[in-house]
Amino acid sequence: MTKNTLLEVEGLKQYFPIKGGFLGRTVNHVKAVDDISFHINEGETVSVVGESGCGKSTTGRAILRLDEPTEGKVTFQGTDVLALSKSEMRKMRSDMQIIFQDPYASLNPRKTVKMTLIEAMTIQNIGEPKEREQRALEIMETVGLQKHQIDRFPHEFSGGQRQRIGIARALAVNPKLIIADEAVSALDVSIQAQVLNLLQRLQREMGLTYLFIAHDLGVVRHISDRIIVMYLGKIVEMGDTKSIFDNPQHPYTKALLSAIPVPDPKNKSERIFLRGDVPSPIDPPSGCRFHTRCPFATDKCRTEIPVLEHKDETYAGQHDVACHYAIDIQEGRHKPTHEMKNVRKVLDEEGQDIAETKEELNQR
Amino acid sequence: MSDNILDVNDLKTSFFVEGNEIKAVDGVTFNVPKGKTLGIVGESGSGKSITALSILKLIEDPGKIVGGSISFKGEELTTAKESRMRQIRGNEISMIFQEPMTSLNPVYTVGQQLRESFKIHQGLGKKEGTKRSIEMLELVGIPSPDKRVDQYPYELSGGMRQRVMIAIALACKPELLIADEPTTALDVTIQAQILELIKELQEEIGMSVVMITHDLGVVAETCDYVAVMYCGKVVEFADVESLFENPRHPYTVGLLNSLPRHDIDQDELIPIKGNVPAPDEMPSGCRFAPRCPFASDICATLPDLETQEDGNDVRCWIYTDEWDGEEVNVYDKEHSS
Repeated sequence: MTKNTLLEVEGLKQYFPIKGGFLGRTVNHVKAVDDISFHINEGETVSVVGESGCGKSTTGRAILRLDEPTEGKVTFQGTDVLALSKSEMRKMRSDMQIIFQDPYASLNPRKTVKMTLIEAMTIQNIGEPKEREQRALEIMETVGLQKHQIDRFPHEFSGGQRQRIGIARALAVNPKLIIADEAVSALDVSIQAQVLNLLQRLQREMGLTYLFIAHDLGVVRHISDRIIVMYLGKIVEMGDTKSIFDNPQHPYTKALLSAIPVPDPKNKSERIFLRGDVPSPIDPPSGCRFHTRCPFATDKCRTEIPVLEHKDETYAGQHDVACHYAIDIQEGRHKPTHEMKNVRKVLDEEGQDIAETKEELNQR
Repeated sequence: MSDNILDVNDLKTSFFVEGNEIKAVDGVTFNVPKGKTLGIVGESGSGKSITALSILKLIEDPGKIVGGSISFKGEELTTAKESRMRQIRGNEISMIFQEPMTSLNPVYTVGQQLRESFKIHQGLGKKEGTKRSIEMLELVGIPSPDKRVDQYPYELSGGMRQRVMIAIALACKPELLIADEPTTALDVTIQAQILELIKELQEEIGMSVVMITHDLGVVAETCDYVAVMYCGKVVEFADVESLFENPRHPYTVGLLNSLPRHDIDQDELIPIKGNVPAPDEMPSGCRFAPRCPFASDICATLPDLETQEDGNDVRCWIYTDEWDGEEVNVYDKEHSS
């Protein structure tokens, strides 16, 4: 396997201004992505996971400059993507394509499959104009659509088929990297499996590289080589798929993994419940952003931002985590300050207080 | 007197559009034992939500319940008057929906919406209603309930809103709760909280639950029994352990094989080929036959939902004496895909 870096992201920041106040000035920023760095090797599948609002989709869009990033550096095959002019960027996009979550919203309802595919090729100047229809037919076959469906409109297809059209459109311009933004989330499991298998087959046959953005960890485990876990705009953990699933080190990753319902009624593994909800990215918590929900948090976590690094030499280059206490927790030296057993009574500090007063009342 | 709180028998709900009858629910039979949780699982368009709405008779024109019976504690609901249904809804059978934002009224405070059910069903006044509302919010784990009670839905997060919905649904301590994809719109860590909450409250109030979901993980975690639906019909009904360990219907097997797992390594997913048939192209025999890797001649005739020796039901010719195909092993992975 080649180990050439295809995409390198350094210190990427994406702040969205909040307008308001006098004369619509910028009063604050939503810090959707706040200083993240990672790379993707050629032929690899890297997944970005996290809950809503963690910045995973924003990351994908910022790499393609669908939203202009606030700060940072994106290098694709040695080219600084953010320094390109608009027309240069357009050419660059033939190498970097995106597939969106909702295939219906991302296809033009007034264009047939043929028009959609040929339009993509025309813009990127792929092949001779006369050959494009033939190429469109070949691509349709590749993604598992029937040739006779080429003159149909998006509404004539089912959800799974529409997602195949979205994939066909991305493939039409011979990309090297495909960013799949929740590409299978809207599909039923039986169809989702079809599309996942298709994506894997295409990767084998065409040597594609994927940046897979998803919230479903089952899908992620199945498709990825490496995983990036995000929380509130920061990377909290990053590593090989096996390592992340077998040996999660960040308390957030652990909670996330334990929260997924297991499709096996006999498996009643211990669950880590988190307190409350994700805080607002407008005014994220100081220090470690997870400290408001973390059962292991200390004063250090409230003030010092943890660095994303490998905590154990055996994991050098394979598994990084941003937690002050990753090793201590693992070796049992650092214990949680509270346990989340009974969800209802300990949802957050206030909830805890109520539970205590209630107990006092009961004891009297 | 049966031990079931709900018996649904051969329920049929159709929609009449442009002179066509679309059979959304086409002969559904299941029961919910008292105090237990029944999962109804199926993909989009399988008729699971319409089944739930039919139980509460919330089907609106052009839809209609066209046949079958729904027996709640021995009382027939299909023929019940609207005035009786109003007493039942919210009081004896409650429902929570998928999207908490659209099912809460944005212009009323949380407290006003909670008080409404106390007023309608128990005739409580404002003061008493508010007190009970705060108790309910506390019960579902909302911090500082005395403040939250005066807030509007937009001031709450998604998980918090779903807890308010649960508080409203449980306000009158119903005997049966129908939860239609209650956690689908929520993140997994919040989903875990909500599912645990429903479980805890179920034990506390002793209610029965119908959990409608497409997520087999949620089924495995929360349900005692499972009805698998496909194209308006129940294709398999089993206790949860048998369903996951010994699934019988080729559709159930296909669903489990398609599922990417986060807890174990898999080599390859085995999808079910093709798509769900459109309502106007519904096969007259077994609905699953066009996608089934084992389909044989006899599948052109519709099989019945038949009880097997372990008490679980399956609707498939393979498990009958009439089966005309070769002997099959539904777990044979070579055969599928």
